[in-house]
Amino acid sequence: MSAAAPVRAKRVLPGFTLTLGTTMLYLTVIVLIPVLALILKGAEIGPARFWGIVTAPRTLAAIRITMTAAAIATVINALYGLLMAWVLVRHDFPGKRLLDALMDIPFALPTAVAGLSLTALYSANGWFGAPLEAAGIQVVYTIWGIVLAMTFTSIPFVVRSVQSVLEDLDPALEDAAFTLGAGPWTTFRRVVFPAILPAWLGGIATSFARSLGEFGAVVFIAGNLPFKTEIASLLAFIRLEEYDYAGAAAIALVLMVFALALLLVSNLIQIWASRHAGGPR
Amino acid sequence: MTIDISSMHKSFGQTEVLRGIDLSVDKGELVALLGPSGSGKTTLLRIIAGLEWPDAGGLHVDGQDWLALSAAQRRIGFVFQNYALFPHMIVRDNIAFGLTVRPRAERPDRRRIAATVDELLHFLQIDALGGRYPAQLSGGQRQRVALGRAMAIEPTVLLLDEPFGALDAAVRRDLRRWLRGVHDATGTTTIFVTHDQEEAFELADRVVVMGAGRIEQIGNADRIHDHPASPFVAGFMGATIELPVTIRAGRAGTALADTARLPAQALADGPARMFLRPEDVAPAADPAGPWQVASLSSTGPQIRLILRDTAGTEIPADLRRRAPGAAALTPGTRVQLHPEAAAIFPADA
Repeated sequence: MSAAAPVRAKRVLPGFTLTLGTTMLYLTVIVLIPVLALILKGAEIGPARFWGIVTAPRTLAAIRITMTAAAIATVINALYGLLMAWVLVRHDFPGKRLLDALMDIPFALPTAVAGLSLTALYSANGWFGAPLEAAGIQVVYTIWGIVLAMTFTSIPFVVRSVQSVLEDLDPALEDAAFTLGAGPWTTFRRVVFPAILPAWLGGIATSFARSLGEFGAVVFIAGNLPFKTEIASLLAFIRLEEYDYAGAAAIALVLMVFALALLLVSNLIQIWASRHAGGPR
Repeated sequence: MTIDISSMHKSFGQTEVLRGIDLSVDKGELVALLGPSGSGKTTLLRIIAGLEWPDAGGLHVDGQDWLALSAAQRRIGFVFQNYALFPHMIVRDNIAFGLTVRPRAERPDRRRIAATVDELLHFLQIDALGGRYPAQLSGGQRQRVALGRAMAIEPTVLLLDEPFGALDAAVRRDLRRWLRGVHDATGTTTIFVTHDQEEAFELADRVVVMGAGRIEQIGNADRIHDHPASPFVAGFMGATIELPVTIRAGRAGTALADTARLPAQALADGPARMFLRPEDVAPAADPAGPWQVASLSSTGPQIRLILRDTAGTEIPADLRRRAPGAAALTPGTRVQLHPEAAAIFPADA
């Protein structure tokens, strides 16, 4: 009888402790500490004052404008993004690869550049602005300008998330639905759409989060009139410029809570989506 | 349902996939389309299903022109190679799908659908799996669910694309027997596609051998095995050794083998090609023989020899290790071949 020597499982990559440690440290310094500092700063203010800042008419107006514009932008992106992803995956046409590459421009372009270009296009004497103005529609310096800027910067989220799932979708699933007697619309509704729904909702959630936080593109086109076209992140910036750290922190905290809530929703969607993927085989 | 396919052609771009297919399948028959990949067998199956459309030709089922009908209108049961189960639906919903998508007027009520699903789950011996998602099933279980989903619509024709391709050997044999039982119980006209000869012959009433977009031969196992209709079928059925022979007065002759035991051939005089299976080579030690044993390996019951002639051509030969005379066949021995079975075709075939 000999006692079996304990065998330590070998890891494929060496230095597990080191790599994990580095990752954790980095995450703490770059993400956790700033978030924590923001919460602490907000807590310093005290609940009464915090409530006062957040419910001030100008703050409420800014939050309402940000939310409304982000919501409208997200609805547009949700519908257009779905269509765009469908076209990119399911159709072949000349210039498809170019179009596909163009979808990354909103990611790559500095948001300030996007804001400036949009302002130039939609201002009273711009290419699009002039005819719209003639029709009585003003875009620049209104909430529509904000919506436009947000739509532009967050469109790739929906397209990319739906696109990758749609590409991986087995074409035999649709064939199966056809042979079982389903028409094209029923097949889309009962087979294709449920398959892309989680990715679509996830894309919508991130798109909305991005729109809430969009700053660079919006400030150029919005005109930034308090109570009319002033967004929440700009108001926080203004408070900071006025050395009102508490005011800035309170508004930032509100934005952060919304962003974290969206992150939670997005993750819940992911869990819900994988409900039928796992399990023992 | 009687299926009639006539002079069907189909190309994908420059590639001709079907080059004139004529085939009739009788009501209640179980037919296998057997062929290597690229022979067009899956394309033919998909055309019957309405998932693909031919460039020319006819497809009639009980006299009805099916090329005028969409896949949904044909009411066929199609079992896909990778099953194509709907991943976001539990097994019950997968099986019920074909019933629930019917127009309201033809749709059975909820209770009827549930009863049909219960019946199928029981019939397929997967009663306990109704609440699972496809990802939680084994390959064999998925196969049964896929078949159940196809059968739920009471299909006129059942089509299966490589039904056992993704399964391991033991499960495959079980399911094969089981599928035969299902067919005998339901009597549904069934066509399945396979590249596995054993599977085709064991399961089907009739086997259709396809090669390069044409039907090469139709028949049962013995017929196709003993009398291949073309060099392609001979090769596909394992007669991979080709030796040149000359036909004179109906007898094949060659210096490379003793052909005295071969039956007379109904072929015109002239050059011809003889195809042999390794197990039909029948080598025997003969000091004047044209072949020499180059190597020998044993699997226990069988030995495999590699024979080489003076020109350097090598052919394999299989025989029982305990067969008379086998012990003499050591490497270096000169041998003559005495085949009793061979497929012979004119040189231009």
